[in-house]
Amino acid sequence: MSRAGRRAALALLWLILLTMPFWMKALGGYTELASRVVVMGLAAMALNFLLGFTGTLSFGHAAYFGVGAYGVGMTLKYLAPSTGLGMLVGVAAGTLAAALIGALIIRLRGVYFAMVTIAFGQVFYFVAFRWNSVTGGDDGLTGWHRQPLDFGWTHLDIQGHDKAFYYLALACFAVSVAAMALLLRSPFGRTLLAIRENERRARFLGIAVERHLWLSFVISCFFVSLAGTLYALLNNFTDPRALRWDMSGNFVMMAVLGGMRSFWGPLIGAAVFVVLQDYVSSHTENWMSVVGLIFVLVVLFFPRGVLGLLRGRGAS
Amino acid sequence: MQQLIFFNVFNGLIVGAFYALMALGLSLILNLSGVINFAHGGFLALGAYLAYTLMPLVGFWGALLVAPFLTALIGLAVERLLIRRLYGRDPLYSLLLTFGLAYILEDVSRYIWGAQSLPYPIPGWLARPLSTQFFFLTGYRLFMVALVALAVGALFVILRYTRLGMRIRAGTLDLETVSSLGVNVRVLRNLNFGLGIYLAGLAGVLAAGMLGLQPTIGTSLIMPSFVAIIVGGLGSLPGTLFGGILIGIASGLTTVFFPSASEAVIYVMMGLVLLLRPRGLLGEEGRTQ
Repeated sequence: MSRAGRRAALALLWLILLTMPFWMKALGGYTELASRVVVMGLAAMALNFLLGFTGTLSFGHAAYFGVGAYGVGMTLKYLAPSTGLGMLVGVAAGTLAAALIGALIIRLRGVYFAMVTIAFGQVFYFVAFRWNSVTGGDDGLTGWHRQPLDFGWTHLDIQGHDKAFYYLALACFAVSVAAMALLLRSPFGRTLLAIRENERRARFLGIAVERHLWLSFVISCFFVSLAGTLYALLNNFTDPRALRWDMSGNFVMMAVLGGMRSFWGPLIGAAVFVVLQDYVSSHTENWMSVVGLIFVLVVLFFPRGVLGLLRGRGAS
Repeated sequence: MQQLIFFNVFNGLIVGAFYALMALGLSLILNLSGVINFAHGGFLALGAYLAYTLMPLVGFWGALLVAPFLTALIGLAVERLLIRRLYGRDPLYSLLLTFGLAYILEDVSRYIWGAQSLPYPIPGWLARPLSTQFFFLTGYRLFMVALVALAVGALFVILRYTRLGMRIRAGTLDLETVSSLGVNVRVLRNLNFGLGIYLAGLAGVLAAGMLGLQPTIGTSLIMPSFVAIIVGGLGSLPGTLFGGILIGIASGLTTVFFPSASEAVIYVMMGLVLLLRPRGLLGEEGRTQ
């Protein structure tokens, strides 16, 4: 794609994102669905920061997503009725958990790394599931809701207005995506690409591979836990399913479905996945089979995702 | 107290035997083909349900014999039709594919046999406790441990002495060389996958007798199996066996003192192993890649 074409596509993308709540209803959707697309898009793009650009396969990102979700829910329920504080706590908790676990697993590669991330993800699930008195166990964490944002000079009622919450989520999304794009363009991001392409050569060049991988894991989890806090705020609820293995699998699926090798691909993948899941689960009880079938078909026939397909066609 | 400890250690041993059986199958497939079979739990459930359906026709013993074989046949077909296409590609794809398969298997089990838990009848003389003091020592539990031991023993004999086993072991070390020596690697990987699925099916039939049947029975056993592989040692089958039994007993012992942590303790063990010895207790050197 030419430079001008890329700019036009980017402008169109932001136009769609900025106006989504206004035409979503006309297409049979609802504002909450639009918010879910943005939140899941952020999560998938954050995962792809690791998956697509560092080449490290994490199948346990739901854990940090869920820690963020529980962090904000528990702060609002037990500590203070402040949405901002809750998000801060949620993101801090998720990032800290990722920093600790990342340090343990960073020496493994490939399939083994994936296996350990799946297994560690399960710890958080068990804690949320078992610690009934605090987390609400299997029934989830209820009895709280998002609070209006108070900036001092103005007041934003994100609880009463769906659209106001959508724009809060979009603002978080925009800042996060800009930060990730900047990081990937920086020397740090270029080093990550070098590690992805040839780890051994990068090591010979004197790059501290482990430290870079760890940092990219933590950065990726930072943005995923931010998406987790938004997800909990969106639903005014969170339950152990937010941090279970199937959620991790869904994130990876979104990234692959949209195109792992492109920056914006995961957002498209998330949009397709979220809308499809919403549609299928309201039409059939056997939505699991349908989602599973999508997994199988995408892997076999569209491994490069939507954007990969478009690009491949443009090149040939 | 002593009896309580004995009870929980014995329970842990049984649970550990299941983990080991599952993890050995996973390990076989992982070592030779580099595929994490996330659908392994789905195959376990399938084995259990097939046994349940077959039992009225062929009886308890017939089901025990036939159901794992049928499960393995389905596994062979799945490898042939789906998983084979993904060898040599990024492991991401095979993992996603088996994720999807796990979804489908769970949903299909639920669709055919229902979401509610079904009882799995076992012969009366096996269900009876063997001693009044150790009431938990039923014949079935001892029988399970014995059968798992037999299956594991048979697996190691196959791997050690048969031509197929030797080829699997050689392929794990260097598949390219094995292929250039004239071994049909496609068939080898296919049979190896079937062998792994057979173990999952067997675990399913045995688990059904103890836990009853549920569509989610497999997914609850697969995570500990991953832990067993990592704790026991990457690339090592004896390590996997050891890891499974070790985490089973550890989780049994934790039940005595701190019941709500009995699931979390195995992950703590995994963390410790990764910290101190990333390749696992009996793992081969250089297998962390």
